[in-house]
Amino acid sequence: MDDLLREFVTETNESLDVVDVELVRFEQDPNNAKILDNIFRLVHTIKGTCGFLGLPRLEILAHAAENVMGKFRDGMPATNEAVTVILATIDRIKAILESLERDQREPDGSDNDLIADLERIAEHTKAAAEREKAAPPPEPERATRPGEVSLEELERVFRETPVDPPPVVKAAPVKAAPVKAVAAEETVKDDDNAKGGNQSIRVTVDTLEHLMTMVSELVLTRNQLLEIVRRHDDSEFKTPLQRLSNVTAELQEGVMKTRMQPIGNAWQKFPRIVRDLSNELGKKIELELQGAETELDRQVLDLIKDPLTHMLRNSADHGLETPVERRAAGKSEHGHIRLSAYHEGGHIIIQIADDGRGLDTDRIKAKALAQGLVNEAEVEKLSETQIHKFIFAPGFSTATTVTNVSGRGVGMDVVRNNIDQIGGAIDVKSVAGVGLSFTIKIPLTLAIVAALIVESGGERFAIPQLSVVELVRARKGGDHRIERIKDTTVLRLRDKLLPLARLSRLLGVETDAGRDVESGFIVVTQVGSQTFGIVVDSVFHTEEIVVKPMSSKLRHISMFSGNTILGDGAVIMIIDPNGVAQAIGSTVTSQMIVETIEDGRVDDASEQSTSLLVFRAGSTQPKAVPLSLITRLEEIDARKIELSNGRHMVQYRGQLMPLIVMNAHVAVKGEGAQPLLVFSDGARSMALVVDEIIDIVEDRLAIQVQSGVAGVLGSAVIKGQATEIIDIGYFLPMAFEDWFRRKDQAVSERQRSILLVDDSPFFRNMLTPVLQAAGYTVTAVGSARDALAMLEDGRSFDVVVTDIEMPDMDGYQFAEALRAVPRTAELPVIALSSQISADSVERGRQAGFHDYVAKFDRQGLIAALMEQTDVGRAA
Amino acid sequence: MSNDNSELNLNEYVTAMVGGQLFGLPIRRVQDVFIPDRLTRVPLAPPEIAGVLNLRGRIVTLIDLSLRLGLERLGNGGPTMAVGVEFRGESYGLLIDSVGEVMKLDAGALERNPINLDPRLASVSAGIFRLEGQLLMVVDVDRILDIPTRAAA
Repeated sequence: MDDLLREFVTETNESLDVVDVELVRFEQDPNNAKILDNIFRLVHTIKGTCGFLGLPRLEILAHAAENVMGKFRDGMPATNEAVTVILATIDRIKAILESLERDQREPDGSDNDLIADLERIAEHTKAAAEREKAAPPPEPERATRPGEVSLEELERVFRETPVDPPPVVKAAPVKAAPVKAVAAEETVKDDDNAKGGNQSIRVTVDTLEHLMTMVSELVLTRNQLLEIVRRHDDSEFKTPLQRLSNVTAELQEGVMKTRMQPIGNAWQKFPRIVRDLSNELGKKIELELQGAETELDRQVLDLIKDPLTHMLRNSADHGLETPVERRAAGKSEHGHIRLSAYHEGGHIIIQIADDGRGLDTDRIKAKALAQGLVNEAEVEKLSETQIHKFIFAPGFSTATTVTNVSGRGVGMDVVRNNIDQIGGAIDVKSVAGVGLSFTIKIPLTLAIVAALIVESGGERFAIPQLSVVELVRARKGGDHRIERIKDTTVLRLRDKLLPLARLSRLLGVETDAGRDVESGFIVVTQVGSQTFGIVVDSVFHTEEIVVKPMSSKLRHISMFSGNTILGDGAVIMIIDPNGVAQAIGSTVTSQMIVETIEDGRVDDASEQSTSLLVFRAGSTQPKAVPLSLITRLEEIDARKIELSNGRHMVQYRGQLMPLIVMNAHVAVKGEGAQPLLVFSDGARSMALVVDEIIDIVEDRLAIQVQSGVAGVLGSAVIKGQATEIIDIGYFLPMAFEDWFRRKDQAVSERQRSILLVDDSPFFRNMLTPVLQAAGYTVTAVGSARDALAMLEDGRSFDVVVTDIEMPDMDGYQFAEALRAVPRTAELPVIALSSQISADSVERGRQAGFHDYVAKFDRQGLIAALMEQTDVGRAA
Repeated sequence: MSNDNSELNLNEYVTAMVGGQLFGLPIRRVQDVFIPDRLTRVPLAPPEIAGVLNLRGRIVTLIDLSLRLGLERLGNGGPTMAVGVEFRGESYGLLIDSVGEVMKLDAGALERNPINLDPRLASVSAGIFRLEGQLLMVVDVDRILDIPTRAAA
């Protein structure tokens, strides 16, 4: 009896979950008889079983609900009220089941309230039905467009297509396990799954785990046998062993699949939750679920279920506005929540997005200050996105009123903790008034991935295939050469430079330091937008591996994401491409920046990195130019270079483009490919002749040694090497003598004057020629105090261009100081900043900036200057 | 026979030799004793972690006890042994020089650590038994596995 009861409880619970979902669907689509049939059948089954097991309370309840549903079938409209009562009934049934499971008997109590409601609905609508029949259905289905097939029809086609029965019955006992997963999938996909109820069996997770282990053992044994047979050439074992091998492989695959479940299983309850919430909150909410079939490990699935539910509630409660508010904001009355899941680069990405009001930045800021997470000075420097990340801080909740729905003392910090636990990451994006979206990235730990098995430093490692783009064999003098730039190596691959990292060096397992660095296998790997090459000693094969979590003692090693047992029984470490990318040194875009927030620190302005193009010209010492100044990188056939009037020229895009040689040591090539850096301004272009383009690096630009050489701003350490920073402004007039002057003609009267304030000599030196070229006289000073002193001395300027991030007095304070003095109060101020956020723009507007331009946006700056000084009109 | 022991409050220990010192591990913490095979070393791991291996389908992290305790390994030629323990759901193997007999010792005879005990040993010791001819140090398995991990490599 006990077993029977337990089975009944589990099965009924599952059926009720389906009923939940189906009822919500039915309410939206009341004409779909198929959905109704399915619900009806499920409830009927429950009723029947209750009667059989002698559970009167459940039987009566189920009977009353069935009655109402019978009325639906007879054409009674599925009103919101009716569905609510039925859902309440289902909840009651669930509660009874719970205590039934606990106490082995039905709890005492009466369900007369619900039964009365149900009966009233059944009776009441009998009369109403006639009237309703004439009237159009309450929520008519969207009219089918021409050529479109209705969902119902589609479903019918699917249903009526004969399907081969799953090979459950024929398979060996062990094979029965996969069926569970298949059945689980169907639960989500189709409403007609229940008819196959007997085709699935329940298996405990332990059983599956045990199976998994046994299969691993089997694989090992098989491999040993194969090894023996390989040594005896003419063995009669060969054929049966081959067969055994295939069966083992299939068995392994099958067992592995049993662990995987579609994420839709975790979403099953969501339509019901959203329906209840929209009733409770008086909001109109549409829920869209995408990628429900995305599979992930069931353990991971269990762990993310609650965080997802919590976030869904949050979106409905705090995120979405009431219909009235939405209408006032010019949005449709229906709030929209979209939940989507998909695989990306060895991870599963889950997004939950709503089109509600977004996060309240000011309130988060205030709360963060109140909780002492950040101080007043720091908070001002934070971007909006960084402020939003405070919602993940422990004990943080911005809801001013604790509502029944989501204010339960669990905040986003709990969500984040749960996700952290499984090695995932969460990010938030919010645009005020437009919506809020959370992105959760979960690694496929515990899951199965295809991996490339490689060897480095005498050890084998697995690299997840998902991040591997291609494999390149590098040889000395071959097509693909490994080239060295001092200590770093790069691969020239189809005219692109790929940064390389030798795995053995990253892992500190270099066996032979003097090893031939110019050969090896290069695993071209992509992480986010970053591509790099991992150099390994040899590459074996691809293998499906079961990712096992690393011991907690090893989890701090960012280079590994887990470990696995190979087919031959050895344990190997799985390389984490993200960790390698970090070790290579560049920032990985996909990496979450939550950590920096936790520290409450913001990068100092001087710490900000700049993209630099590193090249060689004339000497072995590398040279660099800010990438943003360069229009294009070109490699032209040297034979196309013409000598005209003593100058090198090349026909480029229908124009003659002058080539500038930086110094006497640089030779224009006579044959082969000549690399060029092309600089353009308007219709004019000029190119700088270089020997070799080395790399594009992200580094902090701090000129440490000023240069006496014309055309060189100074030297900076870039990627550990002294590099000359080239002054492009010096070379531009060499191409066109009037490069800086030609615009002067447009300015009829006097030249406009600019006061340029920037603490960085580099930017002063770079911007001065650019501004001069645009026809301004430029006075550059290194600090806001110097600028104020100059203005106090009576110097007058037409416009001020200032950096924001400066020591001592920053751009905001400078602007405020200018506003405070009547003589300079009207002086236009243009701010330059390397980071522009809605927040900083607003702050700048308050401080009195007239315009706000990104630091490297020359065109934007000149346009802003024209506007502020009326040069545009004068021209 | 075992009934006689109940009055004495006997604890059972698996004894093991590491670097010439006799250690005792509480028997209920010991899952098995095995000979490590096909050990995979883990680059960038703390030095005490000898590597990982596959023990009947489970991945076991091997801790080199001699390094952990600051003792010298005696390379006496014989096969190295490992004692399998579990800690917070994870499997570990403690690498030892050789395994000895299981001893039943009276809990009352457990003495506190001498104050001049090497701090590294003292930090993992749960007390000392004076046996005939030698001392047996009872190790606290949890504390042995509390290996400080350096900041992310």
